[in-house]
Amino acid sequence: MAKTDIIIHDEKDNVGVVVIEKITPKQDCSCWIMENDKTVNIQALDEIVLGHKIAMVSLNEGDTILKYGHDIGKVVKPIKKGEHVHVHNVKTKKW
Amino acid sequence: MEIPKSFLGYKRENGRVGTRNHVVILPVDDISNACAEAVANNIKGTFAIPHAYGRLQFGADLELFFDTMIGTGKNPNVAAIIVVGIEPKWTKRIVDEIATTGKPVEGFSIEGAGDIKTIMKASKKAQEFSQWASEKQREECPLSDLWISVKCGESDTTSGMAANPAVGNLMDKLEPLGVHLCFGETSELTGAEKVCATRGKTPEISKKFMKTWGDYNDFILKEATNDLSESQPTAGNIAGGLTTIEEKAFGNFQKIGSRKFIDVLPPAEEPKKGPGLYFMDTSSAAGECLTLQAAAGFNIHLFPTGQGNIIGNAIEPVVKLTGNPSTAVNMKEHIDLDVSKILKREMNMDQAGDELIKTTIRAASGRLTCAEVLGHKEFIMTKLFRSA
Repeated sequence: MAKTDIIIHDEKDNVGVVVIEKITPKQDCSCWIMENDKTVNIQALDEIVLGHKIAMVSLNEGDTILKYGHDIGKVVKPIKKGEHVHVHNVKTKKW
Repeated sequence: MEIPKSFLGYKRENGRVGTRNHVVILPVDDISNACAEAVANNIKGTFAIPHAYGRLQFGADLELFFDTMIGTGKNPNVAAIIVVGIEPKWTKRIVDEIATTGKPVEGFSIEGAGDIKTIMKASKKAQEFSQWASEKQREECPLSDLWISVKCGESDTTSGMAANPAVGNLMDKLEPLGVHLCFGETSELTGAEKVCATRGKTPEISKKFMKTWGDYNDFILKEATNDLSESQPTAGNIAGGLTTIEEKAFGNFQKIGSRKFIDVLPPAEEPKKGPGLYFMDTSSAAGECLTLQAAAGFNIHLFPTGQGNIIGNAIEPVVKLTGNPSTAVNMKEHIDLDVSKILKREMNMDQAGDELIKTTIRAASGRLTCAEVLGHKEFIMTKLFRSA
């Protein structure tokens, strides 16, 4: 089995989670989609550490982040495919 | 894996089974802590569970206080119990309710006697209880005597990927065997509440869940003076990669696997609908949640963590698991089961669930958990509002 750098919960998700110590800019990463057992690849733009999220597609302000196939918040700053997704560019819709 | 049929537990007078054989010295109120601790210090094989409340509480807050104290005493992990309070009336109410289980219980009140005389009298009784309890033997009991509560803490994204779904896998496998199961954390289901509501066994249960969640959420929004996203997710959650309460909630929710819950319990209330999964209305603070679950009669607790919460509980042994490979190494002494191989795809969820079942049965049968060995005996009362 190929080494997995990133895990994506659901096929619909637009973010994945880094599962190795860290990924670095320009690194070609192998992503495993848990739901359908498929593998996709992505090139990282940022350094992203274990447990943190990467954008699987480019996202605009106001877009919805999907993880587990569900809405987990809104984009508040444009995000490029391969960039780090976290509190600096995504916010809750709840409070 | 073929699931073991039994574990070794302590059969109690009322038919329930304990995974531990505690002799507890329970103070009714804050000012009786010193006396209770002195008794526990005198008599080996006992321990006190000091807490901050029990004075001038009223209304629903007082009732929750009594439910917590009484439920703690009734928990089958408690073999025998001494209750020490300043006034006789509240002390007696707690003693009388605990006595309905048939277990040895005795109350002492300090007013009019002073600490020293009370310590002497209570110590003599505690000695008797400790020696009596020390002769109790573990016996083979069916897994259906396990009442398993769950709560996660210091979660990160690995919680939702590995440790929480491993607990969910255990639930999927053990629920059909007649185990009682309980999850809580009303406020930390925020963002996933509508999906969680669909897991109610009937439309009425789903409605009851949404009402419970709505009331808690209204309370939070009413009291909030700052941006809540600064405290939920917590700093630890954010360091671990969790960005929003919604993301945390969907990770949290993995703990119940594909189960449906058969009732919504008020805090500390004993389940009465038989085996199956229950939701309990609790705070998401680990100490408070576990104390309420123990007071409802749960006898072992599973606690998945990401960044490394170190919680234990006075009454329930707490089995901790993590999917975070750094936590598994750096905080090894707190982790009963490491499921971080899931992230490397060297372990699947079925295997992780099996490992967790084995670890749970060992702990239920007497193996000390990490939290127990490290001396964690958290007993944290939920306070609903200010005292009078």
